[in-house]
Amino acid sequence: MAKFEPVLLANIDVPNSFTCAVYESRGGYQALRKAVGPMQPADVTEVVKTSGLRGRGGAGFPTGLKWTFLPKGHPGPIYMCINADESEPGTFNNRILMELDPHQVIEGVILSCYATRATTAYIYLRYEYPLCYERLQLAIDECYAAGYLGKNILGTDFALDIYLHRGAAAYICGEETGLIESLEGKRAWPRIKPPFPAVEGVFHKPTVVNNIETACCVTHIIDRGADWFKSIGVPADPNNPRDAGSYGPKLYCLSGHVNKPGCYEAPLGITLRQLIDEYGGGVWKGRRAKAAIPGGISMGLFTEAEFDTPLDFAGPGRVGCLGLGTAAVVVLDETVSIVDFLHNSCRFFAHESCGQCTPCREGTAWSLRMLNRIKAGKGRLKDLDLLLEIGDSIGIIPGTTICGLADGAAWPIKNAIRKFRSEFEEYIRSTNPAGYAVVDAVPALPVLAHH
Amino acid sequence: MATAERILTDEMVAAIKAYFPRYPTRQAVTLPALHIVNDRLRYVPLQAVVEIAELLELHPAEVQDTLSFYGFFKQDSPHGNTRAWVCRSIACALRGGEETLEYLCEKARVEPGQTTADGRLTLEFAECLGACDFAPCMLAGKTLHKDLTREKCDDFLRSLE
Repeated sequence: MAKFEPVLLANIDVPNSFTCAVYESRGGYQALRKAVGPMQPADVTEVVKTSGLRGRGGAGFPTGLKWTFLPKGHPGPIYMCINADESEPGTFNNRILMELDPHQVIEGVILSCYATRATTAYIYLRYEYPLCYERLQLAIDECYAAGYLGKNILGTDFALDIYLHRGAAAYICGEETGLIESLEGKRAWPRIKPPFPAVEGVFHKPTVVNNIETACCVTHIIDRGADWFKSIGVPADPNNPRDAGSYGPKLYCLSGHVNKPGCYEAPLGITLRQLIDEYGGGVWKGRRAKAAIPGGISMGLFTEAEFDTPLDFAGPGRVGCLGLGTAAVVVLDETVSIVDFLHNSCRFFAHESCGQCTPCREGTAWSLRMLNRIKAGKGRLKDLDLLLEIGDSIGIIPGTTICGLADGAAWPIKNAIRKFRSEFEEYIRSTNPAGYAVVDAVPALPVLAHH
Repeated sequence: MATAERILTDEMVAAIKAYFPRYPTRQAVTLPALHIVNDRLRYVPLQAVVEIAELLELHPAEVQDTLSFYGFFKQDSPHGNTRAWVCRSIACALRGGEETLEYLCEKARVEPGQTTADGRLTLEFAECLGACDFAPCMLAGKTLHKDLTREKCDDFLRSLE
């Protein structure tokens, strides 16, 4: 196999990489010229479909297939929403792309709009990324001046406007229908599906929601071809007709207890151990790792013994995690208490649950109260089963909520307790020697300030 | 309702109206309008909500409903000259994020969410700021403060105006 050549991060170390001039000097907007005019929109969709590109935002849905769900011959308008509400703990790859190579993002957005016949694109950007806002706005302005946006793009009758839309610090806006509601000016409560956004999305019109990194991949697929993309990564399992494979390069975010935290580009399917050792310079302070989050905190936990699992779309699921998620790896060294980890996770989800579905609103809040109680030295062994009961009953997988936020809250609970149960038991026994075995119902707790 | 003194300046109204052509509905301008007011006043009082609703042809309750969902816009009093968000999520917490927040609170003599007596600083906790490669980190205004140490926190507090 040829040596892996990064494409998504190829420009980020070049001075002024965020300007149109530098981007063009590095081959930028050549994919656009290849597609807009010479290719029909349906041909662009076909290439993306053939490439096997799966969405990089977390769910891994095949991008080309998503585009084909748009109604045929629709009179329009069709909207493109680009999800840049990157808020999953541990994840920052979209920030790197938008800050250091915003034109790569914009080119991908234009190509995606051309393929889907969308005439307006909204980039929903989280408020906490002020530099991304500045650089993207500059890039958009440069594109209008250069004729890559506006009317008659590259002399064709293709017209497109791109607008930035800033969020207001809410994790749920990263859920695609929460994003749509927020964009419409409402509270970001995810919608019941169907109808899916492709049929009825923002402003009641057909809508595609794609991630920033997904858009960037589209640029390179058009530039280098579907075969190039398919030559990277892990092929689909021929014995599993439902496996769509894990093709292409991926941005892995590495943080926590490693020597060199950062965003690294590697072929899909690299193992977590390779990522830590070959890219991250190993675990910090010469310590051993105890566990790691494989793809954002929602995905659960790998134990150290599971570090040889490949980080492709199918790998994390084989060791009981929710999936690849955002491919954001956070390493926990041997000194970390898993009780503290789970407390942090439960606090995050209790804070970010939007409150629409009762199982999620109450489940996340109660799991935090129980963790607070355990950390206060009042834990009982029975609490672990109660926590697992919450973990097993909230989310779209057990079928009790509208969106996947609750699944993301449940997985760290389930993985932490099932994979590190003895540590929890030991913690509870040693901090509550008098009451750890009590199994009576606990009277309702006074409301604890947990936000 | 009784005519209160108007809060939105002509400049703010023009900035809000400039967003109208971007969207097929006026309601979609809610978040941009809230940001425009918040950027200038550092809070969005109820009177501003009423005036935004008027511009967007909505009921004030619809704007208030959206505003209150986010927990981002203060309504009672403006936040400090600088609003700083200290990350407490997992990647920062593993590298001392919570201790950093505690240290800053102690030094500035505030609890998270409060403003210092001199009005220079509002200190808040944040969930993941998306800068885990620089943990522990803080976003103060538009500036990301990376790899925070006690010394950097001291420098930051001294630099406040």
